[in-house]
Amino acid sequence: MPDFKYPNQIDELKYGVRLKMMQKPSQQTVTVRRSGDETALPYRSLGSFLPGNGVGGAGTHWNGLNWRPQPEELRLRSHVAENWGEGIIPEGMNLGDYPVSYDELEPHFTHFEKVAGISGKAGNLNGEIQEGGNPFEGWRSEDYPMPQQKRTWDSQKFHDACTAAGYHPFQAPAGIASTAYVNPYGMQMGPCNYCGFCERYGCYQYSKSSPQTAILDALKRMPNFECRTESEVLRVELAEDGRTATGVTYWDEAAQEEVFQPADIVILSSYQLNNVHLMLLSGLGEAYDPLTGQGTLGKSYAYQMNGGVTMFFEDEHFNPFVGHGANGVCIDDFSVNQNDFGALGFIGGSYWRSGTFNGQPIRNMPLPKGTPSWGAGWKDGIGKWYGHAMSIGSHGSHMAYENNHLDLDPTYTDRHGRPLMRMTFNWQDNDLRMNQYMKSMMEPLAASMNPDLMQSGFKGPGAQYDVRPYQTTHNTGGHIMSETAAEGAVNRYCQTWKAHNVFAMGAGNFVQNTQYNPTGLVGGLAYWTVNAIRTQYLSNPRPLV
Amino acid sequence: MKCFLRLAGGLAVLGVVALLAFIYVPVKRTAPSEELAAGWQPEPGQGEYVMHASDCVACHTAPGGEPLAGGRAIASPMGTIWSTNITPDPETGIGGWTLDEFRASLVDGIAADGTHLYPAMPYENYRLMTEADIRALYGYMMNEVEPVRNEVETTSLAFPFNLRFGIRAWNWLALGHASGPSAEIAGTPEARGRYLVEGAGHCAACHSPRTPFMSQDGVTAADGNFLAGGVIDGWNAPALHGDGSALKDWSVAELAAYLATGRNAHSAANGEMGLVVEHSLQHLSDADNLAMAAFLKGLDGDAGGIPETLAANSGSLPEAPADAAGEATAAMLTEAQPGMPEGARLYLDNCSGCHFVTGKGAPEIFPELAGNSLVTGSETGPLLSVILNGADVPPTGKRPMHLVMQGYAERLDDGEIAELASFLRSAWGNDAPAVSAADVAAVRGAAATH
Ligand SMILES: Cc1cc2nc3c(=O)[nH]c(=O)nc-3n(C[C@H](O)[C@H](O)[C@H](O)COP(=O)(O)OP(=O)(O)OC[C@H]3O[C@@H](n4cnc5c(N)ncnc54)[C@H](O)[C@@H]3O)c2cc1C
Ligand code: SF4
Repeated sequence: MPDFKYPNQIDELKYGVRLKMMQKPSQQTVTVRRSGDETALPYRSLGSFLPGNGVGGAGTHWNGLNWRPQPEELRLRSHVAENWGEGIIPEGMNLGDYPVSYDELEPHFTHFEKVAGISGKAGNLNGEIQEGGNPFEGWRSEDYPMPQQKRTWDSQKFHDACTAAGYHPFQAPAGIASTAYVNPYGMQMGPCNYCGFCERYGCYQYSKSSPQTAILDALKRMPNFECRTESEVLRVELAEDGRTATGVTYWDEAAQEEVFQPADIVILSSYQLNNVHLMLLSGLGEAYDPLTGQGTLGKSYAYQMNGGVTMFFEDEHFNPFVGHGANGVCIDDFSVNQNDFGALGFIGGSYWRSGTFNGQPIRNMPLPKGTPSWGAGWKDGIGKWYGHAMSIGSHGSHMAYENNHLDLDPTYTDRHGRPLMRMTFNWQDNDLRMNQYMKSMMEPLAASMNPDLMQSGFKGPGAQYDVRPYQTTHNTGGHIMSETAAEGAVNRYCQTWKAHNVFAMGAGNFVQNTQYNPTGLVGGLAYWTVNAIRTQYLSNPRPLV
Repeated sequence: MKCFLRLAGGLAVLGVVALLAFIYVPVKRTAPSEELAAGWQPEPGQGEYVMHASDCVACHTAPGGEPLAGGRAIASPMGTIWSTNITPDPETGIGGWTLDEFRASLVDGIAADGTHLYPAMPYENYRLMTEADIRALYGYMMNEVEPVRNEVETTSLAFPFNLRFGIRAWNWLALGHASGPSAEIAGTPEARGRYLVEGAGHCAACHSPRTPFMSQDGVTAADGNFLAGGVIDGWNAPALHGDGSALKDWSVAELAAYLATGRNAHSAANGEMGLVVEHSLQHLSDADNLAMAAFLKGLDGDAGGIPETLAANSGSLPEAPADAAGEATAAMLTEAQPGMPEGARLYLDNCSGCHFVTGKGAPEIFPELAGNSLVTGSETGPLLSVILNGADVPPTGKRPMHLVMQGYAERLDDGEIAELASFLRSAWGNDAPAVSAADVAAVRGAAATH
């Protein structure tokens, strides 16, 4: 287990820039291309997304924005059909309903929020809209387990501008402790100090929701628990008839050899990308072919469509060194269940947020466009603008499409000789239109705050996917949930259609991505699945659908 | 565990004086304190429970060794005392011991072969256990513990401490009290709590002061100095009642939570008390931890209401604001003027994230520093060691988290730590003398040799 020690842990060069806590491409990576005509090349230098590595995974160094999807997002195809007709669904979009409803998941969202320790304010308690919360969220049976976080000055300004514009601002739901906290397992958190070193770091203060604060020590006390580190699963082994798995084969790093671990149940929880890769390598389904539409593994890979506006105020001091990963005020006024898809010409939506969440000096020094990026001009720019910038981000949905998918690369192999996974992905018009709509709505709001300068960054028509800059580690789909075995890789209990004793966790189950950060849904689905295993599967192992 | 260390002086004197008188007279073992009915059997699980309540594991288990198989080194200025194997292995353990021999080890400090045990074994306290509990424990040790063959190192102290008959003289002073419970043991939670605290729990072994002969000054609640605070191996075992009581601002429920989980709204157990929580108290019933808490709080008068269950806090636990005594320090730290004293600045830079400008910390996770007996103790070694090397709270059943405070040995030099520690000892109404860089150097050096 990593040693999260202050100040060693907040070494930005080591963790923020050189990515000490992330998967090393030499160990595991993907190849990437934007369309079937291109030749995919290995993702050798991490950029767009940063898969986590080691005990705790990305849950250790995430930002802690913990969202539930809107109920409409889980039945999006029906929502569209009922309101505008299926005719508005663009050609090539795999729009689907999740085979599980918000109401079924609600108790599991609630439980996950308690385990993870989330700070926030309910906006919809059992259908009653609550002042100060998000009025557009799905109903929740209980309020958040911890009170909402405090506001930084930028988020306060945003809050006031939103209120003046008639929007409905609320504090971002944060996996960041606002008080001391004890979760249902007796595990603990301490209140956050707003150091701003959440993203890419482990929290040295027990303040961020993570496997370390929520569960690991409780697990260690279980007599039937064992954790083997430095053990990389290479494939799931199937029984001769292919209907069940017999266990997994892993690479023991210390012994430098393959080990077979027999198992009654295999739960794949190696992150979306690794899960799909392992399933493809193990024959846990048929690989998806975009030309024929046959096969399900690798289908409906999706991502996130984001943009934002940065504002500079000569006379404001934002103290960007104060913040946390999930800091900020949000609005859901342009979210999926608020948008008139028929009139707007796209399917989707986004949530907006403003609040410093990372005042880390190397990576976060917003400067007006045109400022030199090095030398005396750069120094002057920093002297003038450091601490005077704030931004609003739009975090938007991303639909699934026939041509965005994952399969095995025909050329490149990893250190074990296995084919790398190939990602075929590009931005699509529907989501780019959504993004442009957000720009058109956000710029006037930003202008209403009277900045001295402002600049926007929204991908527009024709934008091509670029793997170099960091975007999000919200990779979704590839082993999607489905009503029938023909449409997806796992059923409504995240049980593989192929082998009934293999279950898959993570955002690979997402039918299409939601407008939110994925982990609230990942956690809710995990407890939903575990509940099905405990109450339905263990007593009678079989396909649950 | 290290109760023995300061017995040295007393033993030396007594050992010589009593030499002749005690060498040849045969020892006598105390009879059972009560007659149990013929055919008496312990309740299932009773023996194991008594073993937990008596904290046998903490001393009789070597680090990483088999439970109760002995071999733990207890360092003392006179040499190392090795705890014995108390599994029922006939050759290396206590497999051959009769009930009478076993009882004598608990109430008289006499081993089966007639030798006197070193009083690191708290028989002054175990003497107050009921015959029923002693027999239950015996039954458990003999029948339920797996025998482990483990020859432990024999304790060989230097002269005159190797002359065990000297202990016989000492026992005259130390074992003046009758065997068996000092008071009614049932009826109220306080009575049960008193029984556990005085007997199996052997709290007085650390928390009572010592007489000039180093026997416990206060073995039962009837004694004036009972649990009035002791010093053990350089640690203050704070007073548990009276003016300087470490429990002054704690409720019964909070104290019980501390016993059961090693943490509560005010503090966290580390060092010796951490071991007690880890090996003993977390295994006791809620009712018993509440009973002990009720008894201890009752020593200062009305304990207030005793909750029915140890309702473990859960959910959100907001931190306390500064109290009146702490307001001035909190205001000074909040203002954070560049001219503030170095200790205060170091506190802001290194400590305030968790312990807050209020010195109140956060419930169950970050201990209070205001009014904390470890911060203000006469013994400064533990505080300096915590700052230098960190501290940890063991995982417990109700609170599985292993809480770790990091050390600052690499980050702060001796002078800085002295400034910081002196600030802590005088902030928020704390009123303890400053420490020097030399004090820090000594603790830093001791850690390095470990
Ligand atoms: C910088 C960053 C910020 C983020 N911020 C947010 C946020 O604010 N909100 C949000 O909702 N989400 C956020 N995310 C995403 C979030 O971290 C993920 O949704 C979440 O961690 C996914 O959980 P998981 O269990 O599926 O996978 P992970 O947490 O990635 O865990 C996968 C685990 O599997 C292990 N593993 C991988 N391959 C193998 C193998 N072959 N054999 C054995 N073990 C293997 C890995 O080492 C890792 O421990 C962020 C991600 C990153 C990187
Ligand atoms: S901002 Fe808070 S949660 Fe994030 S790393 Fe710092 S203390 Fe931890």
